[in-house]
Amino acid sequence: MNLKRKMFGLAVLFAATVPYGAVQARDTIQIVGSSTVYPFATVVAEKLGKKNFNTPVIESTGTGGGMKLFCAGLGVKYPDFTNASRAIKKSEVELCAKNGVTGIIEIIIGNDGIAFSNSANSAPFNFTKEQLWKAMAEHGPKPKTWSQIDPSLPDVAIKIMAPPPTSGTRDAWNSLVMKAGCKSVGKYDDLGKKKCAVFREDGAVEEAGENDTLIVKRLAADPEAFGIFGFSFLDQNRDQIQGSTIEGVEISLDTIQSYEYPIARPLFFYAKKAHVNVVPGMQEYMDEFVSDNAVGEYGYLMDRGLVPLESKSLSEVRTNVSSLKTIDG
Amino acid sequence: MNRGFSRTTGGKPLSSLNIRRQRAERRFRRIGLFGVGLALASVLFLLGTIFSSGYSAFWRLHFAVDIDFDPVLMNVSSDPSLEELRDVNYLALFRKNLERSYPEVKGRSERRKLAQMFSESVPDILESLVISNPSLVGSKQRIWVLSSSSAEMIYKGAAPRDIEETRRVLTDQQLTWLDQWQGENLTRTRFNFRFFTSGPSRSPELAGLGGAIVGSALTLLVTLLISFPMGVAAAIYLEEYAPKNRVSEIIEVNINNLAAVPSIIFGLLGLAVLLNVFGLPRGTPLVGGMVLSLMTLPTIIIASRAALKAVPPSIRDGALAMGASPMQTIFHHVLPLAMPGILTGTIIGLAQALGETAPLLMIGMFAFVADTPSGILDQASSLPVQIYLWAESSERGYVELTAAAIMIILVFLVFMNLLAVFLRKKFERRW
Repeated sequence: MNLKRKMFGLAVLFAATVPYGAVQARDTIQIVGSSTVYPFATVVAEKLGKKNFNTPVIESTGTGGGMKLFCAGLGVKYPDFTNASRAIKKSEVELCAKNGVTGIIEIIIGNDGIAFSNSANSAPFNFTKEQLWKAMAEHGPKPKTWSQIDPSLPDVAIKIMAPPPTSGTRDAWNSLVMKAGCKSVGKYDDLGKKKCAVFREDGAVEEAGENDTLIVKRLAADPEAFGIFGFSFLDQNRDQIQGSTIEGVEISLDTIQSYEYPIARPLFFYAKKAHVNVVPGMQEYMDEFVSDNAVGEYGYLMDRGLVPLESKSLSEVRTNVSSLKTIDG
Repeated sequence: MNRGFSRTTGGKPLSSLNIRRQRAERRFRRIGLFGVGLALASVLFLLGTIFSSGYSAFWRLHFAVDIDFDPVLMNVSSDPSLEELRDVNYLALFRKNLERSYPEVKGRSERRKLAQMFSESVPDILESLVISNPSLVGSKQRIWVLSSSSAEMIYKGAAPRDIEETRRVLTDQQLTWLDQWQGENLTRTRFNFRFFTSGPSRSPELAGLGGAIVGSALTLLVTLLISFPMGVAAAIYLEEYAPKNRVSEIIEVNINNLAAVPSIIFGLLGLAVLLNVFGLPRGTPLVGGMVLSLMTLPTIIIASRAALKAVPPSIRDGALAMGASPMQTIFHHVLPLAMPGILTGTIIGLAQALGETAPLLMIGMFAFVADTPSGILDQASSLPVQIYLWAESSERGYVELTAAAIMIILVFLVFMNLLAVFLRKKFERRW
């Protein structure tokens, strides 16, 4: 009998916890979005956690997935921030508005270069965007070896590990490399934006998933393979891999910051104005992210491979943060 | 037996047929032995690689620093209040002390390189030291602090040092400091307690499994509370009450099918139903446990039915003959005898759930959660997901952490399976 009573008590207790917690206000910031911004966001989150706030919870969903969650609605059930490795699209702003999410604050945190890397034990290379398009495009010449594209390139098979379509890195690669390469061979008007960006499906280009560490390991083991990922992964693994020069420009903090390196892009995160001052710590999180400690010339995010903004744009971003300026009025 | 065989040859010398059969026998044995050997070798190889890359995560490199808790440097009065001590900029205190100890290091970027030899946690360590013991103010102390992950990787040999400077994780100057400190006994290694207590961190030297262990425990608790009563009730009904007909056969086939469904399907179900329809909070042990209990349920039902079936009918008949109701028969006699088998099945089901990752990724239990969850409604991480997250991180220090976390989860699994074996051996009765 005693056991029965205990079991019943446990069941009641269990049932009671469910609705109680669900209506409670949330006091932990929730963040979703890009896997490229994720390492930087976690560092800032930890700093906030040391300042008498709960440490924000960050889920790496990819830029597109993050936008969907972010735009699903206002309120405690939906995330407060989303990280993005490209700017928010018009269609996403519309989706947000449809679900009542207006008052979106855009914060640029810095720049990132996309590295085209191979094993550090192989020879370093220089590529042009046109050569990269020829090597990767489904609607291109589909050569077997690099030397078939240009005799000055080595006579080795083309093997490239590329990010999946859900990735913001892929979006940036499409608009910065595939589109430009397509244009320079004069096929852009025929093919259009979508067809230009289709990758080869005959095995020369492989979608390697979001796990960039795995790609680094495979590059180190296979001297012929190339991989595409953010600058921070190259920077952390320089003993194993090296970045190719693109159009003669080497990938480095300086060339990315000045956008001399041709495959550079800004990184963002987006905030809901309506959540600021409701979920504790949001204003402080934004302030910390754009502070000198974090993204200044010697900021801790620079150690992690984030490329700083030029000081003029940084002060503009800071004004936006303190005035909570929204992109949709 | 042997005599029987030799009879068939009729006393003649061994026929060629017999020799061939013996050879086939030996060959078959050898193939079997080879199979076992191959399986053992691959397990050993796997464990060997994990252990060799992971054992080093259980100790951490520390450096000694001389800190002068000078009230002037700290910008406080000589007898400061706790308030004052909380407002001190401990990073500045640390940097200024480094400048005093290493006056030969000049220039902003050189000093920065020196500070980068130490963990980011140094200011926090100084703060907690001073707050817990305010009498330190005004004294000079030698304090042991964590090294940075890069310095540690070189020290442990996990990152190469004999390559050119641009490719190495430390600069030439930093390498000289490391060697110099080692020579002066300013380095020591200590057991990494933090690994078991703290949550994940972006700095590998500070990261731990504590939060993930609590998250996994909460998730398994929910799984147990849902799947055990439901599984046992279903098994009792199917075994003791249900009529044997077409319907119960279909149910039985479906339960067996359910056990073979890929776990990610349960994750999708959880995403579609629990999160989107019922609006339960994303990434919490509550939802994780509910999804995993769907997965464990068939295992528990199948094991429980087998255990109930193994209880001899004479027990039931005896109880019924003494006037017990069917329910009394089951709860007083059959169930206690079947309990060891049921518990074994439950533990094995939970061990499977502990190692499961795919469904948790679908329901958002895949986040950076630095604070240890305090209940089933806090977002949490879990052991296998933490391994996945660490394996994805770019910093070199996470390689050993990933392997060490795999070792921990293996220890848990071995422990649970041993418990299952123990329960079976200890309480099982044979008739």
